[in-house]
Amino acid sequence: MIALVGYYEPWWIQILKGIVIFAVALQLVPVVLMAERKIMGRMQGRYGPNRVGPYGALQPLADILKLLTKEQFRPTTSVGFLFALAPLISILTAVAAFAIIPFGDVQDIFGTPVGLYGIDVSIGPLYLFALGAIAFYGIMLGGWASGSKYSFLGAMRGAAQLISYEVSQGLALVGVIFTAGTLSLTGIVHAQEGMWFIVPQFVGFLIFLVASFAETNRAPFDLTEADAELVGGYNTEYGGGRFASYYFAEYLNVLVVSGIVTTVFLGGWLLPFGIHPPGWVDPFVVLFKMSLVTFLFIWVRATLPRLRYDQLMSFGWKVLLPLATLNALVTAILVVATH
Amino acid sequence: MWTPGDDMLAVQRGPEPGGAGGAYRAFGETLRGLKTTFARIAEGPHTIQYPEEKVPVYPRFRGRHKLHRFEDTKLEKCVGCSLCAAACPADCIRVVAAENTPENRVSAGERYAAVYEINLSRCIFCGYCEVACPFDAITMGHDYELSDYSRSDLIFTKEMLLAEPLERAPLRTEDE
Repeated sequence: MIALVGYYEPWWIQILKGIVIFAVALQLVPVVLMAERKIMGRMQGRYGPNRVGPYGALQPLADILKLLTKEQFRPTTSVGFLFALAPLISILTAVAAFAIIPFGDVQDIFGTPVGLYGIDVSIGPLYLFALGAIAFYGIMLGGWASGSKYSFLGAMRGAAQLISYEVSQGLALVGVIFTAGTLSLTGIVHAQEGMWFIVPQFVGFLIFLVASFAETNRAPFDLTEADAELVGGYNTEYGGGRFASYYFAEYLNVLVVSGIVTTVFLGGWLLPFGIHPPGWVDPFVVLFKMSLVTFLFIWVRATLPRLRYDQLMSFGWKVLLPLATLNALVTAILVVATH
Repeated sequence: MWTPGDDMLAVQRGPEPGGAGGAYRAFGETLRGLKTTFARIAEGPHTIQYPEEKVPVYPRFRGRHKLHRFEDTKLEKCVGCSLCAAACPADCIRVVAAENTPENRVSAGERYAAVYEINLSRCIFCGYCEVACPFDAITMGHDYELSDYSRSDLIFTKEMLLAEPLERAPLRTEDE
């Protein structure tokens, strides 16, 4: 089917899609949470949670219930308004970023063409980076408004880390955008019909992946949380539902980044060897690819130790950034030369 | 000038970090690490699921004490000599002896232990009582699940120590 560029559904379908996306995100996060604890357990020679429910399947539910029934408190040194606002910013940006991940092309559902994505913005990656920039405030304000030194240290580290890695992350995508010739994420997927971008843009893929680990504050770049040094980093003073919000946002960010990697480098809903399944299969293809990338995230977390702060900075500025720039430059030259 | 002697050893050092070679090695080592963690999945967990599965104990494991009777006459081996109480470094054994009478014969000797109590909340499981006993009346058993809700429940009386314990701790077999 030919992509309907710039197509928007009637308003009531958009509202329905919003609800569906939020529901799907809300369902996926506990699954990722559970998968992480199980897989990390196996990688460390143990079972992981297996007591609550069959195979421990109800563990995330128990955790969420525990967090939500806890007392809300804040330190006397904290700034109340910002302290309450910060987790909301985190969760809002994470869910909003989830909206642009395309789970499939425009499908006919009961005679109405519906795009299987929240919204197909014509500035796809820019929207993502804009939300990523706002997401800093969730961490920064949370750490600062807590009025505690460990939170503040975690927030400062987070800010420095996110700023240095966002540049490389953006530059890694520039190569893809040059090759695809569009900023729309569905357009980028359609541009991969011959070959997935992971092949011609392998360096870009690696850079984007590494920068994404840093962007989502996951191991080996989890210096913002660094439980061994900073107690818990920016969320030290948080408990109960607010902590649950931060936690939810962190795992949702992992899913968002997996979705972006899937869309941009792994061909979105496309299957290799020219297989064209019916349209309803597309979301499952995307979910399968997303779970593979999420597995990689968990795998890396179980493997690599946390970097030292200076290593993090020198790696970001001295290795990733020049490499990403070079990648973008070479891609640009090749694109111009071949057209 | 100082010269190293013959007994000096050359220390094996890793390659210097940094540079393109360092980056290449770091990449390779990262992949090796990923392989290591992935291999653990295939290996399977090593966890012993404790309440359902128990670690088998060795025959000489020092667990909860047991008092013994003679197999044939069913008389108690303990004669109330209090040598175990004297040997106990934690001072957790209390013995009160009484005379055997022809109508009330409890032990094989002249006297028997009218009261025999071990305070297991103080016991350090050193096994000195077992060593001190001249009649092998007290031995260390294999039971190690001794939690209780109050301290007074951990004072084991003679009847409790004489009773056949529930087989709660598996014994290690020859080939384990």
